Amino acid sequence: MIQEFKKIWKQYAITMLWLLGLLWPLLGIHPDGTISFKQTITVWLYILSGTFICFIIYIINSSGNLKFFTEPVVNTSEKLNNMVQNMPSWIWKSVLLIGAVLYPLLTGRYPTDVAINVLLYICLGLGLYVVAGLAGMLDLGHIAFYGVGAYTYAILNVRYGIGFWVCFPLAGLSACIAGCIVGYPTLRMRGDYLAIVTLGFGEIVRIILNNWMSLTNGPNGILGVKTIGILRPVMENGFSFEIFWVKKLEYFYYFALVLAILTIIAVTRINFSRIGRALEAIREDETAAELMGVNTFYYKLLAYAMGAVFAGFAGALFAARMKFVSPESFTFLESVMVLSMVVLGGMSSIPGIILGVIALIVLPEVFRELESYRMLVFGLTMIIMMLFRPSGLIAAKRKKMMEKKS
Amino acid sequence: MSAQPILELKNVHSGYGSIKALRDVSLKIYPGEVVAIIGANGAGKSTTLMTICGIVPLEKGDIFYNGVSVKNIAPEKLPPLGLCQVPEGRRIFPRLTVEENLILGAFYRNDKPEIQRDIEHVYSLFPVLGERNRQKGGTLSGGEQQMLAIGRALMTKPKVLLLDEPSLGLAPIIIHQIFDIIADINKNQETTILLVEQNANLALQAATRGYVLETGQITLEDKASSLLHNPEIRKAYLGE
Repeated sequence: MIQEFKKIWKQYAITMLWLLGLLWPLLGIHPDGTISFKQTITVWLYILSGTFICFIIYIINSSGNLKFFTEPVVNTSEKLNNMVQNMPSWIWKSVLLIGAVLYPLLTGRYPTDVAINVLLYICLGLGLYVVAGLAGMLDLGHIAFYGVGAYTYAILNVRYGIGFWVCFPLAGLSACIAGCIVGYPTLRMRGDYLAIVTLGFGEIVRIILNNWMSLTNGPNGILGVKTIGILRPVMENGFSFEIFWVKKLEYFYYFALVLAILTIIAVTRINFSRIGRALEAIREDETAAELMGVNTFYYKLLAYAMGAVFAGFAGALFAARMKFVSPESFTFLESVMVLSMVVLGGMSSIPGIILGVIALIVLPEVFRELESYRMLVFGLTMIIMMLFRPSGLIAAKRKKMMEKKS
Repeated sequence: MSAQPILELKNVHSGYGSIKALRDVSLKIYPGEVVAIIGANGAGKSTTLMTICGIVPLEKGDIFYNGVSVKNIAPEKLPPLGLCQVPEGRRIFPRLTVEENLILGAFYRNDKPEIQRDIEHVYSLFPVLGERNRQKGGTLSGGEQQMLAIGRALMTKPKVLLLDEPSLGLAPIIIHQIFDIIADINKNQETTILLVEQNANLALQAATRGYVLETGQITLEDKASSLLHNPEIRKAYLGE
């Protein structure tokens, strides 16, 4: 026990002092120019006492004196793990599906609103997964395709009065074309260079949206986008159809849910198809993939276009829900958020990405009152994640899947 | 020797931008041969193979495969024609499993049962790959990775196999294993092999003919056995 303590007490002390140094400028320097120490010291003492308890527990544990407690815990968690893995996947899938369907009935308006956000971001995240996770191309401007999709629907609807169901595929198509326009000249680049170009592209789209007054109404955005309309059979006065506008948030939730589920199915199928394998080969070693007969340029462009299509669909739905679009919604920060979701959840696992999206959308909502610290916590989480779980919350389980297949 | 070479380089010039790596290289490889290209570091050996595969652009000259120019054929269209390379440093796909690596070798093919049979065939050539078929490629040892790279190339059903430094960084016993298998591939599958090696002794023992490449030019061409006994070669490349 003494030995373990000797090993790490220096590190611990340095870390706590470093934290104090970091904390003081945040808490001790006030906007009116005054300087104080009291608040910093109190907060620091709280953290110190908290971490000290963790520190002591860690030392006791690593010297093996906590075995009587940890062993049963590890055993039961292993048993649970085995049970879950042996359970056929349709059970938990149907449980999840039923839960998702019942969700808006059981909760209120605000949780449903958050859930719609989650579902839209799942589409975005999975689109980015095809580009960044499978093909390994760092895309910092993914939100641009979301914007293209949203604006396609908004403009076509408000200016030409075209309905949602016609615009929806058009939104996907225009995002796909945008993807190919960026993709075609830039996909010859690799790694960092591609990231910078996509970053630039994202900004270009935002600036165009901001300045093309005659088409996009600039920073004022486009108001009065119609929501989704579906034809509903009416029995009064004989059989006819009437247009039913999906205004209630709960109904809207189901559209988002269907889109998200379709996206999940599509991306899963891409993942385990020939295309997915080709994209992974490109990610691993582009030259080797080329030597093995993979048309790298074609597949990279395909990945880019597919990622863009999913984002475009999500964008159209976003515009229909908000009934308003403005360039504000498609900033670089949003791209970073989507990328963070993908990285946090695990670059190469679909359930991981879904978890990442939920974490990064729901947690900030839960901790609303701490909003000013959001970015700080966000950065800290990222650092901790990269240190302790570099492959994401749920790492890819490639081996398992392959065994099941063969 | 049959009259028509299966692979022929005619006065090939290529390089990287302003750096000229190959100057006027001409090679002829006949069906069923094992041809070795030996040379020092930076002589242009790997560039030769990369130029054949179209990764490094050809500046002048022409490359014929089965009498047809492949100068303007994209790199990814060569494996279907039967021309495949095992690149230098193995370059397997580290985060994919051994089996997925092999399946990627058969990327252009669509005949599933046949692919499965070829995978089994690769496992019979390299039993260690069969034992580790679910393991990620990057976790294999150097020798196993080299075997995987060769196995992956075999999955394309090559008529001409280009091997770039298969002995690089491997223990002597593994090198011998790999060269035995190369000889076996050549004999039993009627695959023509173009071998690039720094280890001249090894390469010339395995080969039927050899070329010596020096600073981007072919300086000597002879039967492998004569090259092995050529005093100049022995002095320059075999350390005598």
